[in-house]
Amino acid sequence: MNEFLQQLVNGLALGAIYALIALGYTMVYGVLRFINFAHGDVFMLGAFAGYFLSPVVNRFLPAQSYLGGTLVLLLAMLLCAGLGMLIEFLAYRPLRQRPKLTVLITAIGVSLFIEYTCQHKYVFGAAPKKFPDLIPTETWRFGGLVLSSNQLLVFVTSLLLLGALRFVVQKTRMGMAMRAVSFNEQAAALMGVNINSVISFTFGLGSALAAAGGILFAMNYASIEPLMGVQMGLKAFIAAVFGGIGNIPGAALGGIILGIIETFAGGIPGLSNYRDGIAFAILILMLLFKPAGLLGKAQVEKV
Amino acid sequence: MFLGLTAGALLVLASGGCGKSEGGAGAAADTVKVGEFASLTGKEATFGISSHEGTLLAIEELNAGGGVLGRKLELLTEDDQSKAGEPATVVNKLIARDNVVAILGEVASSRSLEAAPICQQNKIPMISPSSTNPKVTETGDYIFRVCFVDPFQGTVMANFATKTLHAKKVSVFTDVKSDYSKGLAKYFKEGFLASGGQIVAELDFNGGDKDFKAQLTAIKAAGPDAVFVPGYYTDAALICIQAKQLGLNVPFFGGDGWESDQLVKIGQDSVEGNYFSTHYASDVATDRSKNFVVSYQKRFNGKVPDAMAALGYDSALVLADAIRRAGSTDGPKVRDALAATKDFDGVTGETTINEKRDATKSAVILQVKDGKFKYLETVAP
Repeated sequence: MNEFLQQLVNGLALGAIYALIALGYTMVYGVLRFINFAHGDVFMLGAFAGYFLSPVVNRFLPAQSYLGGTLVLLLAMLLCAGLGMLIEFLAYRPLRQRPKLTVLITAIGVSLFIEYTCQHKYVFGAAPKKFPDLIPTETWRFGGLVLSSNQLLVFVTSLLLLGALRFVVQKTRMGMAMRAVSFNEQAAALMGVNINSVISFTFGLGSALAAAGGILFAMNYASIEPLMGVQMGLKAFIAAVFGGIGNIPGAALGGIILGIIETFAGGIPGLSNYRDGIAFAILILMLLFKPAGLLGKAQVEKV
Repeated sequence: MFLGLTAGALLVLASGGCGKSEGGAGAAADTVKVGEFASLTGKEATFGISSHEGTLLAIEELNAGGGVLGRKLELLTEDDQSKAGEPATVVNKLIARDNVVAILGEVASSRSLEAAPICQQNKIPMISPSSTNPKVTETGDYIFRVCFVDPFQGTVMANFATKTLHAKKVSVFTDVKSDYSKGLAKYFKEGFLASGGQIVAELDFNGGDKDFKAQLTAIKAAGPDAVFVPGYYTDAALICIQAKQLGLNVPFFGGDGWESDQLVKIGQDSVEGNYFSTHYASDVATDRSKNFVVSYQKRFNGKVPDAMAALGYDSALVLADAIRRAGSTDGPKVRDALAATKDFDGVTGETTINEKRDATKSAVILQVKDGKFKYLETVAP
């Protein structure tokens, strides 16, 4: 029973991070109908932003304080939001009117460009780095169940960010514009919505969430390296498709479910090395039986 | 991103992976070209760098002493970025384009296994400084190594677990992506079961994973006395950290894949008190290895050489010795001379190449203490 609860905690903490990254995929898909494959790399850049910002913030705030940690998180999110918008502006905007496949391949190119530039010894270097402790860590024991403050923090932060995102999308003018563009780009433009700024904003928002995911991930798993976004990005993409791509609550739900399934698979002797394979198998099954995903609505493509 | 690994590898190869020639004064047609492939960047970068520095030092010292057969040695080094697929590319290049007379490398068995068939096919002798998986030299009669093999290392660690740790129940946590890890796990299990121990949970991971909590939770539930992690240092450090977070406070121990200062840099307090076996300890040394430690520190800014550096050094010396005895750089002749290597006095002890083209050598066990590796015991073969 203890083992079951412990795995549930592990799975929820991992799933919450998948959820944060998956939101970026799903929002961009919702607005632009394309997969931004460089999103996993923004997640990585977020973790590195935290790594480099932490000593700077510690100069005027005590190390390992909640205030300092929050400031690092917010600054990294801001920085990555800017980066996300820059990527969109430089790489995707010039190709907006081209076939979606062109943009998709460009996204793969951007992803490779970021990964391998960062691996260069004068940028970050390829060796894994120890991520600093941003906040004081504590461990609580309930019988055999161990819950760390970091795990709790991942979950709470993810929930807060999800709430904030829901507010932005549902209650603000920009959110309304996002939904309008997602529904029908041309009609939205005719109604006076500035398409460029909406798309820019979407990239910024998604990238900020990915950066938060990167920092939360690094706080929990201690080491960061330039290729850390490859596998995480792929998994989050699966989570987004699993939940129904383009659907925001779906992406969050998909992330959590994927994290839990993966963790339980990883805890079974003999099956533990197939944990990634199981995640992909579930995606295939999902696409076979429910092509639109868990919460997605089937759309009729008009020819 | 799915294409990331392969396509990216080509990209980097084109931009930064070009051959660097080092250690050869006046690279001309009359030098003896030796190829080296090493993981200078990536996940096992500290292994590749240590091994490369050891090799480089040996080549420089040999050249200062006049080289071999009246010719200087020229070391051509290629970086394989700790990636599968890359060794084949760079070794093919070294053989076909640079016409090297022999290949030195690699640390990781999986990558040595990739290069070995290519060297065998081209009849170019290959010496792996520190790949311990038995399959490496089984590839063919041109493949050698100057270190011990995993059946020995696995038995050493099995005895260590029973006798020193007094462990009755041990969990094994294997990296299924690595031939080294799988081999070492297998021989450890055989040895530990034979000495009356019990394996309580066998879990697997994929090298490069970040989340190990799922597997560690299952290990904790099985209640082992100690956990054997035959993996590489980055993964081992993360495993130790996450084990502590889950309240799994039993000794963790591993093989020579743990020996890197990165283990302590990443793992910090969490790796404290844990054990691993390796080839050589710089704090207990013969005269031969003391000299090596001094000249290595002089050459590389005071860095203390680890086992990979010492084996890299020995691999180049064993090769030079064989070329001298062969009186030629001809592949088959060098091969025969290598196979006849006997009682060669290296910094990691006396090297004798046996009929399986492996070296028979003793192992040492080190413990992490105050962030440093402390010598614990030596186990003779």
